[in-house]
Amino acid sequence: MAALNIKKGSSSHSAYDLRDFHSQAERSHTLALIVDNEAGVLARVIGLFSGRGYNIDSLTVAETDHKGHRSRITIVTRGTEAVIEQIKAQLGRIVPVHEVHDLTVESAAVERELALFKVVGGGDKRVEALRLADIFRANVVDSTLESFVFEITGTSEKIDAFAELMRPLGLADVARTGVAALSRGA
Amino acid sequence: MSRTMTGAKMVVQALKDQGVEVVFGYPGGAVLPIYDEIFQQNDIRHVLVRHEQAAVHMAEGYARSTGKPGVVLVTSGPGATNAVTGMVDALMDSIPIVVFTGQVPTFMIGTDGFQEADTVGITRPCTKHNWLAKDTDRLAGIIHEAFHVATSGRPGPVLIDIPKDVQFATGTYTEPRQARVDHYKPRLKGDIEAITRLVELMESAERPIFYTGGGVINSGPGASQLLRELVDATGFPITSTLMGLGAYPASGKSWLGMLGMHGLYEANLAMHGCDLMIAIGARFDDRITGRVSDFSPDSTKAQIDIDASSINKIVHVDLPILGDVGHVLEDLLMIWKSRGRKTNRAALAGWWKQIDAWKEVKCLSYAPSETVIKPQYALERLEALTKGRDRYVTTEVGQHQMWAAQFLGFEAPNRWMTSGGLGTMGYGFPASIGVQIAHPESLVINIAGEASFLMNMQEIGTAMQFRAPVKQFILNNERLGMVRQWQDLLHGGRYSQSWSESLPDFVKLAEAFGAKGIQCSDPAQLDDAIMEMIEYDGPVIFDCLVEKHENCFPMIPSGKPHNEMLLAADAEAFKSGAALV
Ligand SMILES: Cc1cc2nc3c(=O)[nH]c(=O)nc-3n(C[C@H](O)[C@H](O)[C@H](O)COP(=O)(O)OP(=O)(O)OC[C@H]3O[C@@H](n4cnc5c(N)ncnc54)[C@H](O)[C@@H]3O)c2cc1C
Ligand SMILES: Cc1ncc(C[n+]2csc(CCOP(=O)(O)OP(=O)(O)O)c2C)c(N)n1
Repeated sequence: MAALNIKKGSSSHSAYDLRDFHSQAERSHTLALIVDNEAGVLARVIGLFSGRGYNIDSLTVAETDHKGHRSRITIVTRGTEAVIEQIKAQLGRIVPVHEVHDLTVESAAVERELALFKVVGGGDKRVEALRLADIFRANVVDSTLESFVFEITGTSEKIDAFAELMRPLGLADVARTGVAALSRGA
Repeated sequence: MSRTMTGAKMVVQALKDQGVEVVFGYPGGAVLPIYDEIFQQNDIRHVLVRHEQAAVHMAEGYARSTGKPGVVLVTSGPGATNAVTGMVDALMDSIPIVVFTGQVPTFMIGTDGFQEADTVGITRPCTKHNWLAKDTDRLAGIIHEAFHVATSGRPGPVLIDIPKDVQFATGTYTEPRQARVDHYKPRLKGDIEAITRLVELMESAERPIFYTGGGVINSGPGASQLLRELVDATGFPITSTLMGLGAYPASGKSWLGMLGMHGLYEANLAMHGCDLMIAIGARFDDRITGRVSDFSPDSTKAQIDIDASSINKIVHVDLPILGDVGHVLEDLLMIWKSRGRKTNRAALAGWWKQIDAWKEVKCLSYAPSETVIKPQYALERLEALTKGRDRYVTTEVGQHQMWAAQFLGFEAPNRWMTSGGLGTMGYGFPASIGVQIAHPESLVINIAGEASFLMNMQEIGTAMQFRAPVKQFILNNERLGMVRQWQDLLHGGRYSQSWSESLPDFVKLAEAFGAKGIQCSDPAQLDDAIMEMIEYDGPVIFDCLVEKHENCFPMIPSGKPHNEMLLAADAEAFKSGAALV
């Protein structure tokens, strides 16, 4: 039956989308949500992920439009194509969620995270920490005779790499903001 | 002109402005100001229930049988928590409900105050949306918004939690037309290109089937009308889920009966063997699909649904159409007609021949008895004696529910109310009262199991007080029959805790409330007893003593594909080889 020969792999949004819906490969996606800045909206989003068994690798939230009472929630999640489609559809159902953008699919996106690292120690290790911080363009935002606090921004991978290097040099504490992301271009 | 009034008065005013005629509720400290306002007016009727869970089921019955939202009013703490089951039930079955709960005063929130519960926290995943109204000036706007959200798009329950000080305080009333509703506007029209693609598929399909569900009912009577026109014009076979019964008439020539776990043989095999499946307002529930990997393996699947999350959730859909059933069917019909009303007639004739052969299996046949009432027989007689009447049917949950779906025929939408998604025992009795309140002159029957009936039997009081002449038709097998059936088929006949022991005398129980009780155990007297029930002007509890060990067939054991359906005749062989699934 020739007429029934529709391409398998369409997504819920377009019959002509040719991504492989059946793919079992998990992939990381960065989702940006524009939501009403009202009580409980974050609980709704998080509750959806925990209630339906989805992963959250990172989450950031802050008001981005004070006049319009809008906040932006950026979530990094993982899943097969089918699961990611389902997550987006479920998020879209939440009444105060106005927009759901899959930055990983829609366009190339700029993703940045900020982190603070406390490194404690003296001697060679202290010098080495400072030298590596310089290479990574991390700033010293606090220092005592035995410790530094570095501030670093970059992709999550860059911050992971910096953490690995600091670990043997006396890494005592880390605070990370989670990913903030915007699509590139106009 | 702006009006100021107390929060409590706003609630009543907003209900009037929303066209609400009846509220199902139960008072308590945290809602007393609202009850005081209810006392002082006559436009809105209040139905006092006996348990808050029942209030929500009544509102569900009211909503499903009228297409209008059902309204519930309960107090804080235990009032709210008692209502939770009903809200989840409405969420699963897409029923529009607006629930008002009282809350401790704003300054006490978070202090473990008397009868304080985190109601919005508890009900966040149990509602489509909920609000804590902390400000009297915003209260009326929130109420209007809540009605909009409950009834738009995929309908569902919403909740508004109102602290007591907000009820006492004075604020400015927001008129319905000033309320904020623009932010929530689900799309109704489907994509024309996709609809055209579906028409192309329909023109050449050799083994098509319509698989319809509750979404057709949700979309309104117009959608059912369009569905009938489409089905009759194309001559394609149609099956429906439990939730969609009545959208296409059971007497229609293309009707295959319900599909799914306890669906008809012909419906399930047609779903398994079709080459084009057109899902309309149906969500591929696991009671439908059986083992997903073997579900209708050779078909192209199209799905019309208003909720993107219903599409591609369980089963991969080749042609999704996001939109309202009524709107999409209208365009679909128009395009199909304008392209010359084509179908593949020769192939269709062959397909129907195959389906007719499946029908010959007569999958609902059962061993009749002259001495005991078979539950199927009871329903056949009830059907025969009530068929032409202005009838509404609700059910509890269990075997009786499945037999009712198999043996009763529904000719119109909104005439069949059952708890499908959550499967809540105790739903049917209060739901029948809600239906009766909406349709005082109609015959309203709840098909019940004795165990389910016990879960909300206190509502006999409500039925009496509000003169709701509901008929409780209890198929009493003295068993938690559906549980017993699974234990029989899948757990080696070890009937763990599935007996209904220490049952009341249902006739005396009815009489204790001033209702009528009827008991019948003799097939020869059943017709007369049913007629007595129908003709009695008041609530009746009909204790129909039926065969205790009857199993409900066909049955697709969970995790099995459609073509491994069990019929009554296969049961013994299956038991001996049963694996636990
Ligand atoms: C003991 C027991 C046994 C059961 N056995 C069976 C069985 O054998 N067969 C069976 O069918 N069911 C059975 N059920 C019921 C089953 O669990 C599900 O509730 C049912 O199958 C779901 O029906 P549905 O797909 O029509 O979806 P519903 O729950 O009615 O959902 C409606 C769908 O339509 C969509 N929708 C809503 N409004 C619109 C609109 N305006 N336009 C477009 N789309 C809309 C919604 O988004 C949703 O996807 C059983 C239940 C119990 C308790
Ligand atoms: C509130 C609730 N608890 C438990 C169940 C599990 N359950 C499903 S059917 C059933 C037995 C129902 O017995 P009865 O009402 O007598 O109906 P029958 O199956 O005998 O017709 C049970 C316990 C349920 N669906 N709902």
